Amino acid sequence: MPSFVMREKCDGCKGQDKTACMYICPNDLMKLDKDGSVTGVPMKAYNQEPAYCWECYSCVKICPQQAIDVRGYADFMPLGAASTPLRGTSDIMWTIKFRDGRIKRFKYPIRTTTEGSIKALEGFPEAKVEGLSNQLLLGEPDIMGVKELPTRK
Amino acid sequence: MREFATEVVESDVLILGGGMGGCGVALEAAYWAKAAGLSVKLVDKAAIDRSGAIAMGLSAINTYMGQDGKVTHDQHTPEEFVEYVTNDQMGLTRQDLVYDMARHVDSSVKHFDKWGLPIWKDEAGNYSKSGKWQVMISGESYKVIVAEAAKNALGMDNIYERIVITHLLKDEKDPNRVCGAVGFSTREDKFYVFKAKAVYCGMGGAVGIFRPRSQGEALGRSWYPPFNSGTTYALMLLAGAELTQMDVTFVPPRFKDSYGPVGTFFLLFKTPALDAYDQPYVFSYLSETDNWAPYSKVKPTPTPVRNYEMILATKAGKAPLMMHTEGAAERIKKETPDPKEQKKELRKFENEAWEDFLDMTISGATNWAAHNVDPLEKPMEIMTGDPVFIGSHASSVGAWCCGAEDLMPAEYKADFPGQYNLMTTVMGLFTGADGVGASAHKFSSGSHVTGRIAGKAAVKLAYDSKDYTPAVSDETINKLKETVLRPLALYEEKSTYTTTPDINPEYVSPNMFMFRLQKIMGENAGGWETLYGTSDKMLEQALWKLGLCGEDTEKIGAADLHDLERAWENIHRYWVAEACARTRMARKESRWPGYYHKYDYLKLDEGQKHFVNVKYDVSKKEWEVIERPMVPII
Repeated sequence: MPSFVMREKCDGCKGQDKTACMYICPNDLMKLDKDGSVTGVPMKAYNQEPAYCWECYSCVKICPQQAIDVRGYADFMPLGAASTPLRGTSDIMWTIKFRDGRIKRFKYPIRTTTEGSIKALEGFPEAKVEGLSNQLLLGEPDIMGVKELPTRK
Repeated sequence: MREFATEVVESDVLILGGGMGGCGVALEAAYWAKAAGLSVKLVDKAAIDRSGAIAMGLSAINTYMGQDGKVTHDQHTPEEFVEYVTNDQMGLTRQDLVYDMARHVDSSVKHFDKWGLPIWKDEAGNYSKSGKWQVMISGESYKVIVAEAAKNALGMDNIYERIVITHLLKDEKDPNRVCGAVGFSTREDKFYVFKAKAVYCGMGGAVGIFRPRSQGEALGRSWYPPFNSGTTYALMLLAGAELTQMDVTFVPPRFKDSYGPVGTFFLLFKTPALDAYDQPYVFSYLSETDNWAPYSKVKPTPTPVRNYEMILATKAGKAPLMMHTEGAAERIKKETPDPKEQKKELRKFENEAWEDFLDMTISGATNWAAHNVDPLEKPMEIMTGDPVFIGSHASSVGAWCCGAEDLMPAEYKADFPGQYNLMTTVMGLFTGADGVGASAHKFSSGSHVTGRIAGKAAVKLAYDSKDYTPAVSDETINKLKETVLRPLALYEEKSTYTTTPDINPEYVSPNMFMFRLQKIMGENAGGWETLYGTSDKMLEQALWKLGLCGEDTEKIGAADLHDLERAWENIHRYWVAEACARTRMARKESRWPGYYHKYDYLKLDEGQKHFVNVKYDVSKKEWEVIERPMVPII
């Protein structure tokens, strides 16, 4: 099954043209059932091709309603376990539920700067066309903490 | 059939694929294009925040030299890296390309650090190395961060998401020049034509060409992502570019079924991997593996030889092979007898062990929990997976590329129509990351940096060809549009003939076409079904059947835009399969045991220490196999 959408929690991203899960899925699996012809209820998202799911959790992490979860691949996983993330702006919390009911919780950092704060080209000297002929890339060699780029000649 | 609008988009540099490589191109090309007054656009079939192989995240950066010495241990030079990679690849590698990646790679990692990627450091701020080349990270948002930098450099107006690229455009006045690409949107009825002076083709490696081990809903739990469908290789091949090492697929040795990573367990936790009788299988089959000397004798043992040891242990009745994670816990207990200290160390190990999985293969964590296995208490089985096409890991299929001016051996210069770094044998066509052949061990950081190298070179080419305009006629565009939309038209025309659209004598679904391809490749061309073995006669059979698959690429039916995406992914898979089978046919030895074996040529033959390249002529429908020499620079 891989990722599945909980009927009660999904709000179809409040009637917008595309849902967050549709936007993010790297394999184009999530689909909004506008007229309810697939799910039985209009404006609910669903995984249109479960056998192509990588279980990457991108949809689970992005869903504003926490309406998506993953049921481990039935080919090889016994039922009853779950890995559930809660992704914030600087950390991610994981709750791991074992088949026998044991619970483990983990918290890991995900980034050290504020979301949207990256200014990728700022703070470097402006590029000059003459530079196109040398081997140096943006910020080199200074950014690597070396005086010059190694070469064999 | 319903009408599809055509949108034409022009730029100087065109980036196809927004994975680690494409984001590297975006950063570097944006920087240099500003000086040169040029425009850059990027196309992705998904959303670049979570596209490509790093979509889920990553727990380590596997390629880092530490040239500034600010590492906990293992500061290395590019020369040492080249020696390591050459031996790991059984003596065959483009050392100039590996060296170029290695000398630049630290700079990408320093950018990542600055952008906000949590890199593990000691109190003095030195990067924590877990092995010779690896740096540990908390990388759940690795791709999100790298994508944010690419977006910031390029501007969102220049990024086109949810567009599937199907073909490269060839210039009609210059037969060996690429000048754009075409594709379609998966969100609206729209056909896209992108025209450019320089094109970067980097849409990942390929899985699903050999048959995956799981065949039910876990079909998608390939080790490499299922959305990597060989588009990079197929497009370059059909544009006339020379591909190299297309026989050398990577076979990942991983936790069974879930493909949870093993690197951190081996390197950081020093976890013992033993056979079913608790004996080491590593170095236990020397009478056989010594046939791959001198490479098999060098430490670390080359990846294909380590795989082969797993196969030999299995054949000797010693499977299942187990990763004794609990053994690492026992070692920690022994090393820290103080109860308080021990508890702290065990908790740290537990945290790090679970993070390794949760950062990059969440299914691996769920699989532990589903089996009631706490890795601190019980071992789990490891196994070799299905063969994948990849240019950035411990093997390297991809294009034959031009190297850096100061590094590339003179012997290779004539292979390229212009001396631009990471340009293929076709003018204007660049690649990086999984697209560059014969230069393994780029991993995520090296993929990003090869993208940057290609990005700068692509700007240079566009700048050098200021007066050049792509020559593509409307007739060509219309023909391509018809070809691209053919699966939809075929389905629409024929599907009502039967009572259910799934079974129809006039077309095959994208899925069934893929299963046919996987059956041929898996059973005749060296999949796990034959313990990765094939032979000339088996390949003859494979090629005959692949030829019929080739004819049926025109008979794939698609019900909707999503199906159309799958249809083209599988057409691309077909071309990669052909290239692989033809290269395997040409190589009369078994150089990479554990990746694939020629059962009719069981040993290594140093007389064949050369690259085997393939090329395809679309107009003549002719394949060409080319031998290229191995010219070391170290």
